Amino acid sequence: MADQQTDQQPLYEARRSIFPRSVKGRFRNIKWAILAFAYGVYFLLPWMRWERAAAPDQAVLFDLVGRKFYLFGLTVYPQDIFWLAGFLMLAAYLLFFVTGIAGRVFCGYFCFQTLWTDVFVLVERLVQGERPARIRLAKQPMNGEKILKLGLTHLLWLLVAFATGLSFVLYWGNAPDLIVDYFTGKAPFAAYGTTLFLTATTYVMAGHAREQVCTYMCPYSRFQSVMFDKDTLVVSYDSKRGEGSAGRAKLGKGLKSREERQAAGAGDCIDCGYCVQVCPTGIDIRNGLQIQCISCALCIDACDAIMDSLGWERGLVAYTSERQAEEGRRARLLRPKVLGYFIVLLVIVAALAWNVSHQQLFDLSVAQERLPLYVTLSDGRIQNSYEFKMNNKTGGPLELEFEVVGLEGAELDLGNFSHVELAPDQRLRLRAHIKYDPEAAESGSQPFRIRAVPVNRSDLQPFEKDAVFSWPGGN
Amino acid sequence: MSENTQQQQSGAVQTTGHAWDGDLQEFNNPLPRWWVWTFYATVIFSLVYWVIFPTWPYANTYTKGIGNTITFKNDQGEEVTTHWNTRALLIEDMQNGEEALKQKAYLEKVNAASYEEILSDPDMMAFTESTAKVLFADNCAACHGPGAALPASAFGLYPNLADDAWLWGGKLEDIEETLIKGRNGYMPAFGSALSEEQLDQVASYVLSLSMDGIDAQKVAAGKEIFNGQAGGCHYCHTKEATGLESQGAANLTDAIWTVANVPSAPTTEAKLVAVKKVIRDGINRVMPGWSGRLSDDEIKQLAIYVHQRGGGK
Repeated sequence: MADQQTDQQPLYEARRSIFPRSVKGRFRNIKWAILAFAYGVYFLLPWMRWERAAAPDQAVLFDLVGRKFYLFGLTVYPQDIFWLAGFLMLAAYLLFFVTGIAGRVFCGYFCFQTLWTDVFVLVERLVQGERPARIRLAKQPMNGEKILKLGLTHLLWLLVAFATGLSFVLYWGNAPDLIVDYFTGKAPFAAYGTTLFLTATTYVMAGHAREQVCTYMCPYSRFQSVMFDKDTLVVSYDSKRGEGSAGRAKLGKGLKSREERQAAGAGDCIDCGYCVQVCPTGIDIRNGLQIQCISCALCIDACDAIMDSLGWERGLVAYTSERQAEEGRRARLLRPKVLGYFIVLLVIVAALAWNVSHQQLFDLSVAQERLPLYVTLSDGRIQNSYEFKMNNKTGGPLELEFEVVGLEGAELDLGNFSHVELAPDQRLRLRAHIKYDPEAAESGSQPFRIRAVPVNRSDLQPFEKDAVFSWPGGN
Repeated sequence: MSENTQQQQSGAVQTTGHAWDGDLQEFNNPLPRWWVWTFYATVIFSLVYWVIFPTWPYANTYTKGIGNTITFKNDQGEEVTTHWNTRALLIEDMQNGEEALKQKAYLEKVNAASYEEILSDPDMMAFTESTAKVLFADNCAACHGPGAALPASAFGLYPNLADDAWLWGGKLEDIEETLIKGRNGYMPAFGSALSEEQLDQVASYVLSLSMDGIDAQKVAAGKEIFNGQAGGCHYCHTKEATGLESQGAANLTDAIWTVANVPSAPTTEAKLVAVKKVIRDGINRVMPGWSGRLSDDEIKQLAIYVHQRGGGK
């Protein structure tokens, strides 16, 4: 018997289409503003120009072939990879910090899945109409109108998806050149491949998968519950007020004014369903906090609109905390966890800022040759050999001369390169011999410094690097 | 047995409807259907993969994949087309890859340049250092050591290339000639031509050229033999004892000892013994010519590399 029952239940669940109704309100306005800003940055940033002496004049350019990232006035070299670690830590702790205070703010307002889904729903609404019209269209049999409207929707979706993919590609090359190459078929395969991939993912994720991404694919939505506590802000329904003693009730005969309803024990929720209709993940906030909820706050806007029209006070659905709901006290902002996240954030920001502002504009490394560590020369002096590696990150040409500091009477032999010129971004390896007479010195080695003097730049300090000179007799 | 008490509340998780022991129920969270489609998509992907790439073993061979071949040049310079495999992919990439072509272009630039041009261009020098390092390790390091110098325990076996003493000349042209033709470093044994006392005297003279505190009488006698007919050392080592490069004869006046292990002999007596041994037994060291094994371009790169080790002339 039980088996029969099981057999009737589907093993897999088809996605139930969600047709979010549009809503106007505070949070919707904030979301529109964030969306406009995010899209503005994403689509326009590759076109922003920035004067550079020896590189494309693109403000933000990730030059993989040249192994350099240009971010406005900053040039990031492979050696600066630690900044990426710092940036990722910053992003992670910012997420923890914000989530600790206000829950899934990232999900509801900033996540690209939310932003792009918002745009795709907007397209859907502009083409097919408001929620009832869309539901009707979905239900009606295939005909000319349906083909036209659905076709137009999908075409526009694909256009947005393509623009998204193309814009991403433009960050990796000089946009004005790349776009010409792109449409004349001369761009590298990676450009077309990336566009195709991102167009496909954008179209599928924002057009078709939508809330499935948040519910089933996103790891963040699953682990953020550990960052929640009693004081974390969540979107919730005031069930005491909404349900009253006899539950929610529609506006009906004898249940029109607030006084009538309170007399009848009915709550303030008129069960209009607006909060459910606007929800992009298709849940009913009145059932409490659910994993699908991305805290977009559109249900707050919906309920506020209804309450305003009834002339009742807002806040039946609102941002609140568990503590406020249970104890009636305001959420505490200064909690050990939040403060801890904040302090870590400050440390990361400070370390990153210090490191970025103290970027070495010139890299010099001095590696002593180990095999042989030293040789005796015909005049009795000892010779050590070194490899100098340098990288000019000053943005301009650099003329260098080298000196030995702290090794009295030593001779530095750089062959023809005692004076070298480095073009901007040029890397160079030089082989240096140092000849020195250690005389009666007992220990077998002496530390000294190699100094590179930028002779054409009076504004730059000489660069120094520690090295060691070795001779027989030591350890 | 389970009873069927389907509990269905709005918003609550569905159960399978089974209940054991009265209240023990089983949640039913059905997987999204697209998840299954994704699985089917991977199945289709693997089917396509099976066709294109080598996949299935059968008998003593395997499926080779269709329409997916790699063409490269083998060691004999013949064009070979093979089914897709990572080994051929690597060979092909080493021959025609972006970096390989870049390297090739650079190599051509270095090959076309003169020694003087290369020595004055830091980029070409760095490039030559890198390519010749491999050549040196493959061909030269077996005798001369990986750093162009041997450890003290192998003193005198093969010349040290990291110091500034050049038996056969330290100019690039000299080094190139050494590499092409090879060298035979020969010094006759004087064990039968000179008496033990004469050997002692010559050794004293030779040692006195680079250190103090040697018996002056012996030195004077040794100089006589060195520059006279009895020893005839000056024919190759010159009267000043600075050595003839054309003969590969060592400069005996500098601080460098190439065969006699003077540096590690603790006392003057021991140093004399070391020098005497070389005079008595002579030297016969051979370096083969490399023109048969290395191309002119490779010899050129190696000449620069060797020249750079100790700082050539």
